[in-house]
Amino acid sequence: MTKALPANLEQIEVNLKKLTNQRTRSSLLGIAILILIFFGGTLVSLEANAGSFGRGIANFFNYPRDLFVDTFEMGWKYWPRVIKYIPELIITLNIALFSTSIGFVLAVIFAIFSSRNLIRNKRVIQFTKFFMDVTRSFPTLIIAMVFLYLMGKSSLPAVIAITIHTAGALGKLFTEAIENCDGKPIEGLSSVGATWTQKIRFSVLPQVLPLFLSYGILRLEINVRESTILGFVGAGGIGEMLAALIQWNYGADVLACMFLLVGTIIALDYLSAYWRHKLIGANQ
Amino acid sequence: MSSSLAIQRENIRKLFPDTFNQARKSRLRGQIIFFLVLVYLIVGFFTLDVVDIPKKWKPQNAAMFVLDTYAHKDHVTMKWENHEDIKIAFEGNYRSVYGRDNLDKSIPDWFYKNSDNVGNVVEFNNKGKAILYKDKVEIVNFPKYERDFTIKLNSNGKPYLVGSEDLVIEDLKGFRITENRVEFRPTLYERIQVYPKKVEIHRYSIGWKYFWFDFSSPLEPYTFFEALGLTFSKERVVPEMSNLKLFLTEIKDNEAFMHGRVWWAMLETIVMAVLGTMFATVMALPLSFLAAYNVTPIKALRFTLRRLFDTLRGIDFLIWSLIFLRAFGPGPFTGIFAIGFTDTGTLGKLYSEAIENTEKKQQEGVKSTGASKFLQHRFGIIPQILPIFVSQSLYYLESNTRGAVIIGAMGAGGIGLQFLGALGTGNDFENVAYMAILVLAVVIFMDRLSAWLRRILIGSDQLIVR
Repeated sequence: MTKALPANLEQIEVNLKKLTNQRTRSSLLGIAILILIFFGGTLVSLEANAGSFGRGIANFFNYPRDLFVDTFEMGWKYWPRVIKYIPELIITLNIALFSTSIGFVLAVIFAIFSSRNLIRNKRVIQFTKFFMDVTRSFPTLIIAMVFLYLMGKSSLPAVIAITIHTAGALGKLFTEAIENCDGKPIEGLSSVGATWTQKIRFSVLPQVLPLFLSYGILRLEINVRESTILGFVGAGGIGEMLAALIQWNYGADVLACMFLLVGTIIALDYLSAYWRHKLIGANQ
Repeated sequence: MSSSLAIQRENIRKLFPDTFNQARKSRLRGQIIFFLVLVYLIVGFFTLDVVDIPKKWKPQNAAMFVLDTYAHKDHVTMKWENHEDIKIAFEGNYRSVYGRDNLDKSIPDWFYKNSDNVGNVVEFNNKGKAILYKDKVEIVNFPKYERDFTIKLNSNGKPYLVGSEDLVIEDLKGFRITENRVEFRPTLYERIQVYPKKVEIHRYSIGWKYFWFDFSSPLEPYTFFEALGLTFSKERVVPEMSNLKLFLTEIKDNEAFMHGRVWWAMLETIVMAVLGTMFATVMALPLSFLAAYNVTPIKALRFTLRRLFDTLRGIDFLIWSLIFLRAFGPGPFTGIFAIGFTDTGTLGKLYSEAIENTEKKQQEGVKSTGASKFLQHRFGIIPQILPIFVSQSLYYLESNTRGAVIIGAMGAGGIGLQFLGALGTGNDFENVAYMAILVLAVVIFMDRLSAWLRRILIGSDQLIVR
């Protein structure tokens, strides 16, 4: 026993050395790959970019400065302008809120049909999961542009695109939430002979609803940004207004829209953090 | 029995009055919220004109769009003034005309002389035929049509369907007759239009023709694998260059699908996403340490950095890309910096929260050995948060790929702009579909890649939050 110990120690020493070497090697390899990606990417960018990098850095502050100068020249007349764009902002918010609500409902349905602990049929699960993967992976912009082409200019393409994307993105998170929820309440309800819908209503939903709402609020925040961007390609709201103002070079108005947007996003950010904390904190 | 149950229930109710009242109260609250949501949905339904969807949705347009994404068509055009001069062109493109002298491109076998040796036959995929004569067009042999049709020009030079007054409505299905045009379209795949000046026939077939090699390419007669096999043979297809070089340049310079341009654009988009994420990670790493209370004792610095993160995140990447677009012009730098700035805010916030949530004990252990502050952080904090950092950054890589497509479409170039361009031309829908599939594939690939990297680097592909 006492004789075996030094041999073991030696073995440990050797193993440790081997592991350390391996670790160093893979770290170096990782760093080398990162550096390669960095330089390769920079080369591609230098090749593809219209303007040069150096001039770009030098010009960085020009545009914001122009905007602010334009704004200061207007003085007190500026504030009515800001208020003028609030209705546009409300359109954008409306698109986001409406499509998040519809997408939320669809996501709950998808999630129920793709959760292993609720559905026995593997085919159904695989199909729903694949479907969600596809809807989630398309950038909203691509869906929206296709529908804009087919339906003409209106807010509807944005609503459709965001709803589709939200259903996929939330559906995946919801599925994880349902699959990770406690199985005992479901068993309990099964033991008293509850039907499938009753089990979902009284054992699964109470467990996951706070989490669902929290994810939904986070998604709402993302969707406000999305609906602004979709406005840029013609879906209406403050995005479309901003695109037009930039084209006309109305510096002060551009800045007004930007302020409204940034203010809204920051406000939503805080609100959603507060709500989510309240929802999940209260439940734990 | 039932009465005893009812009594028991009453007893339980009496024993725990608070629980039951609370349940009722929370149920009432739930109902109110449900009602409010319902009211909002109804309001939204009308303010966003969702009711207009059936009115705006034109199934004809959508069907044409979808048809064009998976099928191609050949145009056959005959001018009445010279009925022997018939032009057959792929997608009606004047550069892709069959049987022209300078191109060694024979007439397709679905176009031939009729058995009477006078008319020229265009045979469709469903065996229906349009026979072109000097003074008339005969439509014969269409399945589901019991009779044949003849279209002629009248004395005023306008087209008309011969004997149309004797036909009943059912026989005329597929016809659209206006003053200057007679159109016959039994299904989406066959279309015959007769005008006062010319006859135009569209013959649709399924598939992406000329996907690898375009119409005028010397490799066009071969399939993809045949051409690949040719690259190993010494005999040159064209004398100027080797087969391998020809093979690659012909694919790259394909006029129909523009592989070279599309793939370069895709690469630009990927570069934007990857370098943008790297930029954000490198920026957020030191800043997050300075913004964490267990590393930085100066409250003012922490507060400033926190607000900086909020601002960077709050100015959405849309606005960042507008600003950078002015500075750098269209190109990947715009995307890299727009993504990088936004995500510096996001990652900085997440990282600093992760640092604040670390266990104190490791740090204390290192401290007990008399290590300096720097070493305490190096061995007490970094090993704990490294998996979280990697996990978060990789997670954002996938969503940034989607973001890069969007920034591209706003003017920064890349696949987004190509997509917008293809959609704008209004007839290259096979390109639209091709790019959409490419984007989908790349986004899914990035998703899988980041999950795989997470698995080999940290042993779990789930997003670690704390």
